[in-house]
Amino acid sequence: MNRTSRTVKLTRPLFMAVAACVVVLPLLVVVFGTFKTLPELFDAPLAPPSSPTLDNYRAAVEDGGLGAAFLNSAIVTAGAVLLTLAVASLAAFFCARMPGRVGWAVFGVLVAGLAVPAQAAIVPQYVLFDRLGLTDSLLGLVLVDTVTTLPTAVFILGGFLRTVPDELYEAAELDGASPLRAFRSLALPLIRPALATTGIFLFVMDWNDLLYPLLFVRSQENRTLPLALLDFQGEFLTRYPLLFAGVVIASAPVVVVYVLLQRQFVAGLTAGAVRG
Amino acid sequence: MSSTRSGRRRRTARALWFFPVPALALYLFFFVYPVLQAVQYSLTDWDGYSADYADVGLRNFTRLATGDDTFANAVGNNLKLTVTVVLAQTALGLLLALWLVRTTRASTLLRAVFFLPTVLSSVSVAFVWRFVYDPDGGLLNSVLRAVGLDSLQSVYLGNPDTAVFWLALTQVWFHAGQMMVVFIAGLQAIPKELYEAAELDGAGRFARFRYVTWPLVAPATAIVVAYTTVQSFKAFDLVLGLSGNPPNPALDILSTRIYTTFSNNQFGYAAAQSLVFMALIALVTRVQRRAIGRATR
Repeated sequence: MNRTSRTVKLTRPLFMAVAACVVVLPLLVVVFGTFKTLPELFDAPLAPPSSPTLDNYRAAVEDGGLGAAFLNSAIVTAGAVLLTLAVASLAAFFCARMPGRVGWAVFGVLVAGLAVPAQAAIVPQYVLFDRLGLTDSLLGLVLVDTVTTLPTAVFILGGFLRTVPDELYEAAELDGASPLRAFRSLALPLIRPALATTGIFLFVMDWNDLLYPLLFVRSQENRTLPLALLDFQGEFLTRYPLLFAGVVIASAPVVVVYVLLQRQFVAGLTAGAVRG
Repeated sequence: MSSTRSGRRRRTARALWFFPVPALALYLFFFVYPVLQAVQYSLTDWDGYSADYADVGLRNFTRLATGDDTFANAVGNNLKLTVTVVLAQTALGLLLALWLVRTTRASTLLRAVFFLPTVLSSVSVAFVWRFVYDPDGGLLNSVLRAVGLDSLQSVYLGNPDTAVFWLALTQVWFHAGQMMVVFIAGLQAIPKELYEAAELDGAGRFARFRYVTWPLVAPATAIVVAYTTVQSFKAFDLVLGLSGNPPNPALDILSTRIYTTFSNNQFGYAAAQSLVFMALIALVTRVQRRAIGRATR
């Protein structure tokens, strides 16, 4: 065995251990911190809480209004994910089934949005939603989240739908199936893994979105979690245990889904990255 | 017989035309139309609420190109952030992927650990790192004191010369694991025979990387670089969470600048800024694509 490979053999575990600590330690400090008082956090940030308290969670929900924000986020996310999946899979089905240039043209138009960053349109979008009375409303957030994530969803689902062989559809047509039947009972079951992947990607995007709530929402009762959390820094400045409780409440649903559906989760976020 | 069949086909095709209508309607009305309107707004001095406004031609664009220090500052910060994050995140993502590409129990666990930050929201990550960087008793300074390296203690985000690099570190912590996954997929697609052949030819570890791994992982590298670039331009939530709203000038990047201009009711000017922002991302992405093509040939 030569010298380089021995050095590599030692560097690798050392590097991995340090890198894992850099990822895990801050998160551990946060989780422990939610059960501590501020002086205790500063005294021993890495130690487990000596006399755990739930006061921080109580304050985050009661003073910080995270309960209502959690509910709003759940409504907006569920609405946007379902609406996006529905309209995107219908459109992607059209693109895959329509022979020739028309299918590709529609696909091209819908996917072109991938090249346009959300910030490019915020000013006219704000004006448009405001005129329609949709700025300070959860419905407005559902709609804007839907159009923002639509290109990615069409891109992922379109890729999968094109892999369904034409013969399957032709057989269904010969049996007299309408396009809607073919879509519902043939295409959708076949692309279920793609729907899961896309759904998880949309879930993370919509749940974590800050830009549009920040632009659109004015009243306290329409705030989503990221927005309510952002308001913490003004209200509670350096009351870290309280900020941390907010972090845990806002992250819990995503982390739980991540732990339960790890494979689909990684696939979903990676598909979101690979689209470009 | 054949005529009824083609008749049915035509009917079938007609029903199919309705499928893309909801998506196209939402997308054209709530996204494409506003993007086009941004062009129109960018040529005015509209403040967002007055009934009338003046056409100012290209004055918004000349202003942001020549007479706006806050915009120039944001461009500078953004470029520093992008270059740092792209280099660090690509290198780290590839290194982690190379070391974790083989599936063992330990590597599966480590992959899950490194991916974990990606699922958190930017505001959450920002709050975690506010405490890490807090100069008075924050995590980094406490750890440095505990191991006797007091001299390395710093004010981090409080130092305007280096703040943007601490922001870059947070961004890399946030998304390096996601890029590792893209690289792992790329590495797994490289045929093992190529490595065996290289080894038979006497290629060492470095030569195998240089002549097999690096050129063949290039498609993954291109994805990682492009995605990381766009991410660093959109680090909006992270900046607001770390630095408050409006952000500390040392951390102001293009997306936060556009938002601040918008919040100050300069709608026409903000629209001009967002168009420049869009063009800049397209330009940087194109330059990169060329550079990667050349470097991996």
